[in-house]
Amino acid sequence: MSTAIDIVGVSKRYGTLTALDDVSFSVRQGEFFALLGPNGAGKTTLISALAGLARQDEGTIRVMGHDTVHDFRDARMALGVVPQELVFDPFFTVRETLVFQSGYFGIKRNDAWIDELLFKLGLTEKANANMRALSGGMKRRVMVAQALVHRPPVIVLDEPTAGVDVELRQSLWDFVQELNDAGHTIVLTTHYLEEAETLCGRIAMLKRGRLIALEPKEKLLAQSAGREVALKLSGPLPAALEALKTREEDGRQVLALAEPAALETVLAAVREAGLEVRDLTLVETDLETVFVNMMRGSRTA
Amino acid sequence: MINFTGFYTLFRKELLRFWKVAFQTVAAPVLTALLYQLIFAHVLENHVEAYPGVSYTAFLIPGLAMMSMAQNAFANGSSSLIQSKVTGNIVFILLPPLTALEFTAAYLLAAVCRGLLVGAGVLAVTAAFGLPWPTHPLWALVFAALGCGVLGSLGIIAGIWAEKFDQLAAFQNFIIMPLTFLSGVFYSIASLPPLWRAVSHANPVFYMIDGFRYGFFGQADVSPWLSLAVVGASFVALASLALRMIGSGYKLRH
Repeated sequence: MSTAIDIVGVSKRYGTLTALDDVSFSVRQGEFFALLGPNGAGKTTLISALAGLARQDEGTIRVMGHDTVHDFRDARMALGVVPQELVFDPFFTVRETLVFQSGYFGIKRNDAWIDELLFKLGLTEKANANMRALSGGMKRRVMVAQALVHRPPVIVLDEPTAGVDVELRQSLWDFVQELNDAGHTIVLTTHYLEEAETLCGRIAMLKRGRLIALEPKEKLLAQSAGREVALKLSGPLPAALEALKTREEDGRQVLALAEPAALETVLAAVREAGLEVRDLTLVETDLETVFVNMMRGSRTA
Repeated sequence: MINFTGFYTLFRKELLRFWKVAFQTVAAPVLTALLYQLIFAHVLENHVEAYPGVSYTAFLIPGLAMMSMAQNAFANGSSSLIQSKVTGNIVFILLPPLTALEFTAAYLLAAVCRGLLVGAGVLAVTAAFGLPWPTHPLWALVFAALGCGVLGSLGIIAGIWAEKFDQLAAFQNFIIMPLTFLSGVFYSIASLPPLWRAVSHANPVFYMIDGFRYGFFGQADVSPWLSLAVVGASFVALASLALRMIGSGYKLRH
């Protein structure tokens, strides 16, 4: 069996709002998968349904082959979730929190693994500190440790780096990368598209509860405009180039290039019009451009 | 297959949660009961004997103990659940593989423990006012445990139902307080006018207190078997409701 998560025809409505609309896709074991979309697109609802925090109105979700409704024990044992909201129990210390979390998953003695998690997440010195006394970033690390106490094969991180300092963000990603290398399946949602671009293999995009794209990262990037050139000219853009113009940014004309060689044509047209190039930047399409184009509705599936 | 470790861990967590603040959750209600005892015993010292051979001050003690047990068993589950819901950390017990039964049993058992602990504390500090050694200790224990079970179940129900602290406070002030105060804590209902006697007879807390008192004095307003039937039935009904609410995900899993 090679499917980590199997989502089939999942819909969820809250009153008149359709939070998820017939969403289907699978995540293979060992993948590093990103779930992207603007606020309200349904990412957290989908993760909630996956984790059993919400129940879908239609469709089925399986985690490592276990149905999240009928076989919820095995499904939840296979899943580690880092929730988006920064939450903690102020009554307990870091270590108590992790010992309790292990116990809920039926694990009695987990000290060796807890120590390792504390070490990997830079929490060793805070092990006996009360949760209240930790900074936001430290609390976030404890939440990551809580999601991993039962060594789940599938790990879901819902916006794990929101409001987290740069240093933690980097060390967190190193750790998650390490888990992925060790064979864990990782699913993440993030607002930082750079993170998805560097880390993830495949990307799903949600918009208003619908799946609008599901591609390997490279394909997604290649599908969009390709390369662009931003030009600052001494005069107005020659008419011959108007067709290539995608937008204007800070007084620069941004032109789409079908292929790198097309730059020759652009420069030739500028020369013919008797204009000078004041500044020129080649822009590689990044995930953000793709994302913005998708969300504008340039492609609705 | 039962996740016994999961249940036991949640139970221990709930025990520790109130034990870490035992000054508020155990010592405070014991002090409150002691104050009631001091004031009422002083004011009503020369009141007629509640039962033949039982002074008013002695009569008062089991009632106060049961009332404190009931209020604290209710408070334990309800305040824990509302806090977890409002702060959001309830997610950490919704994610693990715990069934409704394991979840409910852990909260319920912790509530019963807190209730019994408070009850033991109240009896210990008020015993000097003339409490006899119980004539039927087993009856007393059964009513204490079942009474805490009833209010513990009600606490879980209220904690799940309430979305804000003031809703829970309303539940506490308008349902729990009248139920526990209008239950014959401070008087034998035989002394009441017929209307209020009928109202008391409709209150399950009355049977808890009456049954508990029977354990100490060997006499009560109604038969201990009737009390056992009412308290037992209330427990089964409310615990089942709590279990069903948790099983259905009502207000917990959206």
